[in-house]
Amino acid sequence: MAEIGVNHYLILSGLLFSIGFMGVLRRKNLLMLFFATEVMLNAVNIAFAAIGSYYGDLSGQMFAFFIIAVAASEVAVGLGLLILLYKKYGSLDLEVISSMKG
Amino acid sequence: MYEFIAFYLFAIATTILFLITVMSKNVLYSMTSLAAGMVLISGFFFLLGADFLGVVQLIVYVGAVMALYTFAMMFFDATRVVKEKHQNPALVFLLGGLMALVFVVMFSAPIIGDNIALDPRSVTPENVGNAQAVGMVLFTKYLVPFEVAAVMLLVAMIAGIILAGKKMDYSLTKCEAIDEEMNVELEKGEE
Repeated sequence: MAEIGVNHYLILSGLLFSIGFMGVLRRKNLLMLFFATEVMLNAVNIAFAAIGSYYGDLSGQMFAFFIIAVAASEVAVGLGLLILLYKKYGSLDLEVISSMKG
Repeated sequence: MYEFIAFYLFAIATTILFLITVMSKNVLYSMTSLAAGMVLISGFFFLLGADFLGVVQLIVYVGAVMALYTFAMMFFDATRVVKEKHQNPALVFLLGGLMALVFVVMFSAPIIGDNIALDPRSVTPENVGNAQAVGMVLFTKYLVPFEVAAVMLLVAMIAGIILAGKKMDYSLTKCEAIDEEMNVELEKGEE
């Protein structure tokens, strides 16, 4: 039975990050897009914690803390903007909201 | 042995839950699976010996962020199934797969290259618990980013209150009726 090393955590982190990235690519609803970015942020946190524990360095955990702080503020501001958008358009669909015909 | 079982259990569960988050058409299912996945991610932090980070993950992500999403759901129509028009699903899967490959290569690069020097100030101290060690590093080497993060959270709080709190008494469901009443009044005034 193999020992769980840093490689396992990093590969898992890459896998979760690509799941989140796929979500960002395919989602058309803004709220769902937010969920996908949360998945990506969590995946990066795992990578930071794994590398930090691999090197015996606490910087990895520190960066994970700051990422959590950034994610919390992103959610606070982003949800405020989403509520304003919903009041204006009555929908969070990107097809409805987009005003530039590109 | 326990680490092996726990890692694979958590890994499979988080992957499935996050796939549900990304693929589900219902906002409620998506949000619930995201919250469950975040609880399980804190399990990885406990496995890695980052106890304090695991607790912060539980409190901040599962407690605060998901609660914020839940409150925001009151403004949106959450029970309705989200209709999404996909123009090219195959391209999305191809790009996602390519990204997966790129990230696996990128993240396994530090294992091959072994020349990253350690900063002695942030090396894990001996004979102290994780929370104490985190405090010692956070309040010495990372003091300035910590304070900046505090200011950033304050700014985000003010922004959230101003953006969402404006016209909070203006009900979305009643607004059409109120608008019609106002239009009628306006027309009367013009007459």
